[in-house]
Amino acid sequence: MRNWLLPEYIEDVLPAEAARMEHLRRQLLDLFAVHGYQFVIPPLLEYLESLITGVGHDLDLATFKVVDQLTGRLMGVRADTTPQAARIDAHMLNNQGVSRLCYAGSVLRTTPSGLAQTREPLQLGAELFGHAGVESDIEVQRLMVKALKLAGVTQLHLDFSHVGIFRHLVRQAGVTSELEQALYAALQSKDQAEVRTLTAGLDATSSAALCVLTELNGGADVLERAAQVLPATSAIAAALADLRQVAQQLQDLDVNVCFDLAELRGYHYHSGMVFAAYAQGYAGPLALGGRYDEVGSAFGRARPATGFSLDLRGLVTALPPAEIAQAIFAPYDHDPALAAKVDALRAEGQIVIQELPGHESHRNELQCDRQLVKQGDHWEVQAMPS
Amino acid sequence: MITIALSKGRIFEETTPLLAAAGIHALEAPEASRKLILPTNRPDVRLLIVRATDVPTYVQYGAADLGIAGKDVLTEHGGEGLYQPLDLQIARCKMMVAVREDFDYFGSIRRGARLKVVTKYVKTAREHFANKGMHVDLIKLYGSMELGPLVGLADAIVDLVSTGGTLRANQLKAVEEIADISSRLVVNQASLKLKRGELQPIMDSFAQAVAENGKK
Repeated sequence: MRNWLLPEYIEDVLPAEAARMEHLRRQLLDLFAVHGYQFVIPPLLEYLESLITGVGHDLDLATFKVVDQLTGRLMGVRADTTPQAARIDAHMLNNQGVSRLCYAGSVLRTTPSGLAQTREPLQLGAELFGHAGVESDIEVQRLMVKALKLAGVTQLHLDFSHVGIFRHLVRQAGVTSELEQALYAALQSKDQAEVRTLTAGLDATSSAALCVLTELNGGADVLERAAQVLPATSAIAAALADLRQVAQQLQDLDVNVCFDLAELRGYHYHSGMVFAAYAQGYAGPLALGGRYDEVGSAFGRARPATGFSLDLRGLVTALPPAEIAQAIFAPYDHDPALAAKVDALRAEGQIVIQELPGHESHRNELQCDRQLVKQGDHWEVQAMPS
Repeated sequence: MITIALSKGRIFEETTPLLAAAGIHALEAPEASRKLILPTNRPDVRLLIVRATDVPTYVQYGAADLGIAGKDVLTEHGGEGLYQPLDLQIARCKMMVAVREDFDYFGSIRRGARLKVVTKYVKTAREHFANKGMHVDLIKLYGSMELGPLVGLADAIVDLVSTGGTLRANQLKAVEEIADISSRLVVNQASLKLKRGELQPIMDSFAQAVAENGKK
């Protein structure tokens, strides 16, 4: 056994990659800040009840569990920061109006997930609480697009759905929770044959509507078709109207907007519109979001909520490699003029590395492209001889 | 570039007419070629020849946009990250439980016996017996499952049965049907979003060809 090896799907981030991720993390948090999203640092672990209440079985399975040595109670390491933000909004801030929160930190998953296929995604997100209308959905969607563009992602593709449509259809049909679960799985894989088999015992309208959901994906024309083929109930009309408004209000962003009404990701805690961002070079979604008005009620205070999150590790996988910042080399010398020059350069933001005695032969490991050379009584920056 | 993953043998043979319906012809036969990436008459379409069980994995990670995979393989894989929009109605067979001809399967169940089962399809078998409320010990094998009951390795097998010839030749009988199996078209989720314009015509041609085959 090599005892320094890491577990599967757990990795170190080495300097070049770490520098890029950290730079991006700061840029994104600055972006969230200027949009009024306040940074919070929820704990890495908390009691299981508060961590996974209201968010469903999937997140339960994804959560690493430990026993609290102080109380004997079961604690979980967060697998998603969103419910923590909802808990903070519901019980710590107690705002009556709108609150906007953002966060950045590692989450742990029991099995690898996402673009980077990691068990430790570095999750960044922004959440908006206290507003129930489509306007707040659009606000976070626009912020998500800005964030991805800032990261350097081009040709963005946004995919929208509304879990309210499926929820309404199964409620109308009065299906059992087992059948609802099976239908959910079949719709997630767009398995129309399976949906047809599962809905065989339902009324014709419900069955036809659930089957046709698997076909309702594509451009804005999908909404027109949906309005024609889905039952004309007020719940469905309202969902479609919200989606139409999104399509209209994101037009100026130069992104490709599409709809996929069979997409039910996070159905167990999402309550309205859900969305995902895709781009060339990424085999899955780069950022995910949606409305989850019911999660707060698990904490005793239902608040409308919408937001998005992304995994920084996944996001950087398809970005061009970062340039490695080159440093200025300073020899080991007690000259006060050198110390002053080094301080001045560092104050400008330059990286200056002063050599320690005994390592003259390893200079090339320091990644310096310039050096400080003494000219008379002052020090000058010159190109490093290669 | 559109990449389609499929396995050689029966699935490749039965997919060839569907590809033809979409105007795609492999330029080399997989049996004759040692190449793993086969070019087609369309410069923007290529075929990946992979193990049947690996097809969902290639598509899930986006190494292929489309794939042809048996329902048996998809169930074992779990189907995460995949769309399965179309039942191609090819490579049809059944997933079955089979035992030695002289073994009293239903009697054993009534007595609450704990059975040993050999199978390649561990997930399928585990789910099936759990739904029946039966206790089983599963032993994973990679092939020739029929041997298991004959040499005393197990009481039963869970395997694909198409004609039943192999079972009969080895003095086994099928006792229970688990599922109808056929091949599905699987699609990478991101590909469907990003390359819809290129993929949709192929998917539509497949769907049309399947519908016509169904009428015959």
